[in-house]
Amino acid sequence: MKGDLIDLRDRIRARSTTARAEVDAQLERIEIQNPALNAFREVFPAEARDAADRIDSAIAAGSPVGPLAGVPLAIKDNIVTQVGRTSCSSRILEEYRSPFDATVIERLTAAGAILIGKTNMDEFAMGSSCETCAYGPVRNPWDHSRVPGGSSGGSAAAVAANLCAAALGSDTGGSIRQPASLCGIVGFKPTFGRVSRYGLVAFGSSLDQIGPLTHSVRDAALLYQCMAGEDRRDSTSAPHPVEDVLTPIDETPRTFRVGLPVQYRKGNSPAVNDAVARAIDIFQSLGGTIVDVDLPLTDVGISTYYVIAPAEACSNLARFDGIRYGHRATSRAGQDLFDLYAMSRAEGFGREVQRRIMLGTYVLSAGYYDAYYKRALQIRRLIKQEFDGAFSKCDVILGPTAPTAAFPLGGLTDPLSMYMCDVYTVNTNIAGICGISLPAGFDESSGRHLPVGIQLQAQAFAEPILFKIAQAYERVQGGRREVAPKVATKVA
Amino acid sequence: MSEPKASLTLDEVRHVAVLARLAISDEQLPRLQRELTSILGHIEQLRSIDTTGLEPMAHPLTLSNRLAEDVPEAAMQIAELLRNAPATEGDFLVVPKVIGGESS
Repeated sequence: MKGDLIDLRDRIRARSTTARAEVDAQLERIEIQNPALNAFREVFPAEARDAADRIDSAIAAGSPVGPLAGVPLAIKDNIVTQVGRTSCSSRILEEYRSPFDATVIERLTAAGAILIGKTNMDEFAMGSSCETCAYGPVRNPWDHSRVPGGSSGGSAAAVAANLCAAALGSDTGGSIRQPASLCGIVGFKPTFGRVSRYGLVAFGSSLDQIGPLTHSVRDAALLYQCMAGEDRRDSTSAPHPVEDVLTPIDETPRTFRVGLPVQYRKGNSPAVNDAVARAIDIFQSLGGTIVDVDLPLTDVGISTYYVIAPAEACSNLARFDGIRYGHRATSRAGQDLFDLYAMSRAEGFGREVQRRIMLGTYVLSAGYYDAYYKRALQIRRLIKQEFDGAFSKCDVILGPTAPTAAFPLGGLTDPLSMYMCDVYTVNTNIAGICGISLPAGFDESSGRHLPVGIQLQAQAFAEPILFKIAQAYERVQGGRREVAPKVATKVA
Repeated sequence: MSEPKASLTLDEVRHVAVLARLAISDEQLPRLQRELTSILGHIEQLRSIDTTGLEPMAHPLTLSNRLAEDVPEAAMQIAELLRNAPATEGDFLVVPKVIGGESS
């Protein structure tokens, strides 16, 4: 697709442009647009220019270069990099500088990618709007009064506004797919275990996956392929060999089955249901068969998730104690170890993170473990079995990514209504399967012009068929549209 | 085993904050009580599902423990690892006195 990462890479390789010129142009766009969008937490101009010059010299000398040579990538701020800071958009890690690179960073830079900056996010990836970011909210490039979604909202906004060739995010319950949907781009969550989490700051260890946010389906396939595969530093990375998903991506299967759960229809805005209806037409025109599937546990996904994820989070976030790294309280600290812990954490963590730590601590506390955590894990098995049943009848499951287009900043004040944004995405993580959000048109109601997305989910390790069907859809639908820069927009 | 509850008392919220090592002020307690009660109220729906005989699923992958090969390799330098520490003395982290001085 014109203007996507692969197109850029090919032009750099063919020397019709240079990596340096593209990095310079990207840095200039960031400088102009980021003050309003707040998509980037930090930008690396000197390092990015040096890396670009090295790629250009290698290409000029005819040396072999990697499949990502010269393309600028933005990285969500919960993936550790030796360059710059890794704050998770939290006060508690404000000045944290990682002594090592995440495995995905090693693999992408080895393939020639250039790190252009770190992107803002909901604090510790806890949120669906990027309003829990400790460094101010991120804004949606399509309408600066609205949220970009979350938690990978900075990455989504950066791609949508064309401030990078692609970005990395992490997805624990929809954190790649929902912001991709709200910003009108592609967002892909791989099968659990496919991409190493070594160097991803842990939130929910049985749910977290790193994935790409991109301009096109083929870009997502390429980045996935560069990152995927076993990593001996992540014992939860899957040993299964990684199949080539990119080369055969245009081979649309002659027949394929698209499952449509009746449970995915209610509570959506009309524009979202229209987008799904158009997708049904597209798949039928491509030779796909639409089959009804039943996922009655869709509605209990949020409840199951809000036991498992906070339980895992409160354990993972216990490491932030003001001792080895991160913020240490000075006010009452130094007298007593308990106060040092409790004050450092209270000062360092924002409201949503504290709320989830409290919830997780409660559901794991003495006497309640069986009633909450064990029961949630049993229902998790039921949800997995329900997907297994559905996938015996279809290759992919079609539905909305999110129930609505982007909502106004400050529009969802009650935590529970915010959690409901992820009703169609949490079960993908609970079951450990893969899912992709694709641009699917616009909500034009009441004078709006806001992107909406559709989601395709596939069985664990079924990435090859998922990418083929997503690619076929994108070819007919047209994919991502350019967003007009709103440089002059005044922000409140 | 305790039954899940529809609401938390302020004392329970205070107790959970101690377990979580979070210094929550008295002014913040009612808001947290309200929010946690609302979320737990929603989670109540899990009780309506029959889970008899179901094996809990802690993890989506069926992987057994893996052992790393026992070979020496380069480790990170102490100075690198201590670079992010809020208070150090030489090669050590500075912490409040723990033995003999702990009050809680």
